[in-house]
Amino acid sequence: MTLTSAPLIAPAIAVRDLSFTWPGQPHAALEMDHLQVASGEHVFVSGKSGSGKSTLLAAIGGIIVPQAGRVEVLGQALHALPAAGRDRFRVDHIGFIFQQFNLLPYLSIIDNVLLPCQFSAYRKARALQQGATLPELAQHLLRTLDLAPSLWARPVTQLSIGQQQRVAAARALIGRPEIIVADEPTSALDSDRQQAFLDLLQHECAQGGAALVFVSHDLRLAERFDRLLALESINRAARHEEAA
Amino acid sequence: MKLLLRLAAKSAWNRRFTLGLMLLAIALSTTMLLGIERVRHEVRAGFSQSVSGTDLVVGARTSPIQLMLYAIFRIGGATNNMGWDSAQALARNPAVAWTIPISLGDSHRGFPVLATNGDYFTHFRYGGGQALRLAQGQPFAGVFDAVLGADVADKLHYKLGDVIILAHGMGGMGLTQHADKPFKVVGILARTGTPVDRTVHIGLDGMQAIHLDWEGGAPLPGVHIPAEFVKKFNLTPTSITAVLVGLKSRARVFALQRDIADGDGFKEPLMAVLPGVALDQLWDVVGIGENALLVVSGMVVVVGLAGLVAAILASLGERRRELAILRSVGARPLDVLLLLSIEGLGVMLAGVVTGLLLLSALVWALGPLLAQQFGIALQPAWPAAGELQLLLWTVLAGLFASLLPGLRAYRLSLSDGLTPKI
Repeated sequence: MTLTSAPLIAPAIAVRDLSFTWPGQPHAALEMDHLQVASGEHVFVSGKSGSGKSTLLAAIGGIIVPQAGRVEVLGQALHALPAAGRDRFRVDHIGFIFQQFNLLPYLSIIDNVLLPCQFSAYRKARALQQGATLPELAQHLLRTLDLAPSLWARPVTQLSIGQQQRVAAARALIGRPEIIVADEPTSALDSDRQQAFLDLLQHECAQGGAALVFVSHDLRLAERFDRLLALESINRAARHEEAA
Repeated sequence: MKLLLRLAAKSAWNRRFTLGLMLLAIALSTTMLLGIERVRHEVRAGFSQSVSGTDLVVGARTSPIQLMLYAIFRIGGATNNMGWDSAQALARNPAVAWTIPISLGDSHRGFPVLATNGDYFTHFRYGGGQALRLAQGQPFAGVFDAVLGADVADKLHYKLGDVIILAHGMGGMGLTQHADKPFKVVGILARTGTPVDRTVHIGLDGMQAIHLDWEGGAPLPGVHIPAEFVKKFNLTPTSITAVLVGLKSRARVFALQRDIADGDGFKEPLMAVLPGVALDQLWDVVGIGENALLVVSGMVVVVGLAGLVAAILASLGERRRELAILRSVGARPLDVLLLLSIEGLGVMLAGVVTGLLLLSALVWALGPLLAQQFGIALQPAWPAAGELQLLLWTVLAGLFASLLPGLRAYRLSLSDGLTPKI
């Protein structure tokens, strides 16, 4: 029997002893001891509004730097990077999907999808490794996400919300970032479309080996994930809030 | 940076209606600002081109500016005349090289009539020292000969041999006509771009002749001297309006000016004015009005810029979502600042350029009219130094104004993070 050392893969996200207070606020928005998302893991984060999920996502994205504790993404301590470095790191390794109005109204659908590749040479290079031109890759992703070519020429404002969310998913997925963060991406969809959207999203994350952090208050969706994290239970600040 | 420019351009195009209106406002205010500056510049240039080589303008005592206004620019009327003997005494002065006697007061269809003698065509200089040139015909020789300025001939469609009737006094309608003594056009001067173009020139004897049977500004009742008999009378003028004087040596100008002011050798109180000095005094007076105009048009530009800033700031509310998206795909807060500032600056620069083009178009379209009506010679040209300075200030103001929405967006993107608090 040969000893094989397991490959040393850093967790996708590791949060330790984190505390963050928004400037001018009396109470902390986020206080947690520990949170870890493994590479490729699909995690469902449940939380009501005010539970600190926006703050958590901002901390993972390196938009904010906690006053105490550390956030490591792919083994990189975010606070060790300069502000511009965090911005670069974010686009290089994380794809974001928001609740709605995800798209820039003045860009075409293809240009919206390619936006991360415009800001990140790394994402662009990774996308091109998949062996196609960028527009071809965007078109491939759109097709995979069930957006017919007949829609591509339309202004994004003429798409339905479900279609817009799928374009946003394509943008998050292009160039295969290691982490996808989705903040209530399905809350504007009816339940059939929620399931369909999640099917596509989870399938594409699995294809690219990306970790998925899916934030929602709709617990019916949680069963499809590897793990359920209730933000109220791990964020002490949220409990303070409720007590107050 | 290229990406930001592209995004800013696409975003601006998406809101082209609002921004287009702002662009138009800035273009119009720029046109106004530069137009005023250009007219001001051209008027000054035109005025200082009007006389050259004349060392002194001598006339009856009045204000120096007034003497200049009527003797050189034919604006307003002379309040007092000077005697012909004074003019002759002046011509005999050893320091004096030449004199041009001029007599004003009559008009022809709104154009001033200037009576002088042949020295006018020999010695008068304008612009950079150019002499008058006849485009057609010759200087006046007979008593009832007239030489027209270029504008007079153009506008009234006169040609050589035409007969014109002078009116007594300046102004428009209701003037008494010297209908009994018509003048014949014998020469038309080449265009000078100075008040000469708008002047009807006759001889001093002609001026004397049409007023033989006049007394105190009105025809003498019961007296009529037909034109064919005027040569029987002495047509030497008794008084004239002013004398333009050229000196043998410019160094003598102050001494002669003082002599004239002191009344040495003259029977009446006279004054002598240095054209350059009087022009400077004129600018001091006119300058107040000019500056007020410039300040007002400067404020119009500021209002235009304020409108632009307000429009962009107002749009920021709706664009917070957009900024969050850009942040999520790696835009730095500085990128957000630049994006918004580029937009403001771009609209402002496009507005300024449009304003310049508009000004050129206006000058091209209305220049001939202005030249005819007001004698302001506007040419389509590159912005002069004064205009460039105003442009520079406008662009600088626009730059600072554009930073405001940029800074606001910067702060919003820092506090919003990825989730705008709408």
